[in-house]
Amino acid sequence: MDNNLKRSIILENYSNPFNKGLIDDPNYEKVNMNNESCIDNIDIMINIDNNTIKDVRFDGEACAISTSATSIMLKELIGKNIKDALYIIEQYENMIEERKYDDAVLGEAIVYNEIYKQPNRKKCALLPANGIKKILKNYVI
Amino acid sequence: MNRDDFPMLKNNVYYFDNGATTLKPKEVIASTVDYYENYSGNAHRGDYDISLKVDNVYENVREKVRAFINAEDASEIIFTSGATESINMVVNGFFKHNLKKGDEVLITKAEHASLALPWFVLEKEIGIVIKYIELTNDMEVTLDNVKKSITNRTKVIALAHVTNVMGDIRPIKEISKYAHANNIYVVVDGAQSIPHIKCDVKDLDIDFLAFSAHKMLGPTGVGVLYGKYELLDKVIPTNVGGGMNTIFTSLNEYNLKGLPWRLEAGTPNIAGVIGFGSAIDYINKIGIDSISKHCAELKRYAVSKLSNLNNIDVYNPNTEGSIIAFNVRNIFSQDTAIYLNKHKICVRAGNHCAKLLKESLGINNTCRISFYLYNTKEEIDYLIKVLDNENILEESL
Repeated sequence: MDNNLKRSIILENYSNPFNKGLIDDPNYEKVNMNNESCIDNIDIMINIDNNTIKDVRFDGEACAISTSATSIMLKELIGKNIKDALYIIEQYENMIEERKYDDAVLGEAIVYNEIYKQPNRKKCALLPANGIKKILKNYVI
Repeated sequence: MNRDDFPMLKNNVYYFDNGATTLKPKEVIASTVDYYENYSGNAHRGDYDISLKVDNVYENVREKVRAFINAEDASEIIFTSGATESINMVVNGFFKHNLKKGDEVLITKAEHASLALPWFVLEKEIGIVIKYIELTNDMEVTLDNVKKSITNRTKVIALAHVTNVMGDIRPIKEISKYAHANNIYVVVDGAQSIPHIKCDVKDLDIDFLAFSAHKMLGPTGVGVLYGKYELLDKVIPTNVGGGMNTIFTSLNEYNLKGLPWRLEAGTPNIAGVIGFGSAIDYINKIGIDSISKHCAELKRYAVSKLSNLNNIDVYNPNTEGSIIAFNVRNIFSQDTAIYLNKHKICVRAGNHCAKLLKESLGINNTCRISFYLYNTKEEIDYLIKVLDNENILEESL
């Protein structure tokens, strides 16, 4: 994917993020992700039913990478079962951390495949993965 | 100002994050290395020549600090690891034992975590009550607002001398005068003021003052707690151990040394303190008033240039401290900082550890430029050129 296309996908997800805005629904489990750099602040809420991610939403104030990465990650995860979702997240983390990864499962998230070139952006890209993993891990038997 | 004195500047960086830490002149680095290479030994321990030299140099720095802030006596100067430890020491070593449930401590929503959090913990531990002095629309503290916040339970006013986000200089002398007339202690965080403005602890009549060496050209890991002797003498050591006792026996009896050593348990950061001494020498050589003037001029210049750009909001154009809080309109502060980093410009983005300020300011995050003596107008011109760009967000990715 060429850099201009990557950039426009990132900007589109930053300007018009998917499922942004929290709702009041007890079926969702919520987690707050404060980036340790003390800037990004994102709340994520997930509705899991029958071992499947029915819906994920988020809200908060964060940089272009954190926000767009959350938006993209949410789209990829809805409808997946817990095991597949964790696999996707693991591949995503591997990509960000420059380890071997399975790009077939990453969809649009592939736009961050060169974020390692900006080490100060890696933690932004990982923010949603860390948050969603926190919740999903409670469902792994 | 001689930029050649600062080796870091050879690395082709535009360093505008002096509120976080300052660069070190060659003299500071050299004196630290000199200690390790030529007279490395412990302080207050040995009877050999190099140990005596360590003692002399170390204690001589204490005297330099005393003179720098015009304290009455060198024993009122305690070396710590930084302003954070200094404030924790005074809150836990003095106020924990001298305040009681219901006593009120006044701070503001513009304070740094290091001044706010120790009181939050003390509130949980002994039930003191933290109250907030109302800030003006410019986020400043006035004596009138201090007076309005004082009740008959007020025991402490704890404030930064210069705040680390807005850079306003608080009227400490007036506040101290009023506070002392009402039997209220005054604790001052000088981390952002001591490097920039003449601070005379006797004239300002401060009870306790904390500051850090690394924000004034010195090494990291060194700070100062100043206290008026009669108050400092009542600080219960929060650390006990070597170097601060005169005797201890198997009957579990012990006696502690006098000031300042009682409050410096264990081997201190000797190399750091020695480097700090060189930093004070360097500042004295230039003159603190010249530094103030230079930084104030840089701020005026930068604010006027920034105001010519139509994509920048400056939140504190008029404060006296040489700190500028700004945002590029519609761009998250961190994206701006990362864009600037691509042009070798170092600024801080975020809430700058003053997480309560957003409640008053209404803005969560800002970019912060903070100047020091080696910054120049040419650097500011370069910053302005880089900020004069309609594609900052795109280019930050």
